[in-house]
Amino acid sequence: MAASSRSQVLSLYRMMLKESGRFPSYNYRSYALRRVRDAFRANRKVEDPKSVERLMEEGREALALIQRQVSIGKMYEVQKTVVE
Amino acid sequence: MLSPGRTASCRLLRPASWLSLRQGSQRSAGGAPQRELIKKHDLEKNELRPLYMDFQATTPMDPRVLDAMLPYQVNYYGNPHSRTHAYGWESETAMENARQQVADLIGADPREIVFTSGATESNNMAIKGVARFYQAKKRHVITTQTEHKCVLDSCRVLEAEGFNITYLPVQKNGLLDLEMLEACIRPDTCLVSVMTVNNEIGVKQPIKDIGQICRSKGVFLHTDAAQAVGKIPVNVNDWKVDLMSISAHKIYGPKGVGALYVRRRPRVRLEPLQNGGGQERGLRSGTVPTPLAVGLGAACSIARTEMEYDHYRVSMLADRLVQKILSETPDVIMNGDPEQRYPGCINLSFAYVEGESLLMALKDVALSSGSACTSASLEPSYVLRAIGTDEDLAHSSIRFGIGRFTTEEEVDYTAGRCIQQVRRLREMSPLWEMVQEGVDLKSIKWTQH
Repeated sequence: MAASSRSQVLSLYRMMLKESGRFPSYNYRSYALRRVRDAFRANRKVEDPKSVERLMEEGREALALIQRQVSIGKMYEVQKTVVE
Repeated sequence: MLSPGRTASCRLLRPASWLSLRQGSQRSAGGAPQRELIKKHDLEKNELRPLYMDFQATTPMDPRVLDAMLPYQVNYYGNPHSRTHAYGWESETAMENARQQVADLIGADPREIVFTSGATESNNMAIKGVARFYQAKKRHVITTQTEHKCVLDSCRVLEAEGFNITYLPVQKNGLLDLEMLEACIRPDTCLVSVMTVNNEIGVKQPIKDIGQICRSKGVFLHTDAAQAVGKIPVNVNDWKVDLMSISAHKIYGPKGVGALYVRRRPRVRLEPLQNGGGQERGLRSGTVPTPLAVGLGAACSIARTEMEYDHYRVSMLADRLVQKILSETPDVIMNGDPEQRYPGCINLSFAYVEGESLLMALKDVALSSGSACTSASLEPSYVLRAIGTDEDLAHSSIRFGIGRFTTEEEVDYTAGRCIQQVRRLREMSPLWEMVQEGVDLKSIKWTQH
């Protein structure tokens, strides 16, 4: 598998942010958005292709997790919190 | 009601200040009516949900934890103790994996972790189990006055069995006096129990130093680390801790599971509380709930990777909350040592404001005054009493909990509402009027108290 290019990384980042924004729960949504952003920001300088690939794999698994949890959240929706 | 024999032995051994704890609960059971100012009511269909700022009572489950648990709730439902088929084997693998994750978080060996139903069970097991095992030669247990109710209650049960218990007082800042502890240890002391981080005031005890003292005197150290594990770095070998209680639902895990760390070298022996098929090394029989154990393991592993990030955020948000409130509201006191604390647990006393009315006024923020276990009775929290807070300030204290999922908006909203409501309640208070006029409240002679 070819090393992940910049565009692939950005594409994963965008997908993760989009999916995180779909959490019905305010707290989970804000946490996921913030955490994804901070994680990508923290790993911005990583050069070694093996590490990049490993991080991308983790990212893809996290994306799948977010998708599953968003669906579960949508199944059991509750009212919004005061701050929304 | 207490039987006559039991009352007699309690009177001999129990220090006077603790009578009120037992009497308080009796009063609510039989005599004086228990007023509940904040009436329980279900949220209306379209009513907005309050903000959750009570992370010491419990925490929401992290989505990653739920994701790890679900397969074991749906498909991999085998009993981990079944030895004869794949359902059992896969369940056992998951359980042992979870055990390793818990052990890694606290620097222990997985063989030293016992799964229980929560920190309360772990505390009961540790205190009663150790005391009863060594009761032939050792009859003394030391604990503090700010411990969780389950620890204090277990000690009371031991007192009824004939043990001597010393309830050490704490200093004004909530910390234990190490010299007092050292002086209290006797040749027949078997156990010292001190919680790592207090659930009401957030004070962090110097467990490392206490471990040093206990190890040098040959006494076991048990610590209730339910509020500390996963939030501050914990290492059982560094701290020389022999027993440690862990609770899953305080670290974004499921409710109903916890763990007890029991040291193997030097070996700590326990008399088991729950007997049966010999699971968990004979210390806690009963089927280990695989999905819950997996949840606890996942929560611990997530906490391990996220600890620094969470701690930074929680400290930052806590500072933000406290600075905002203190800068715009006079006469507010933070209970507990300002340095030796876990930042996510903030206990503030607002002078001249009644705690329950402030909580009612802040009904769109989920807060608590005192711990969830004691919020039913109207007595001021015994923890606040132990740190020497005045009665009136103890009644007006609120605990703010900040956690992994708290946002800046929530903190700003909470601070704003708090400042606004305190101001409003104070304007309605005649005591506040008197204070504004320069009257010294302590000099007033009230006719009937």
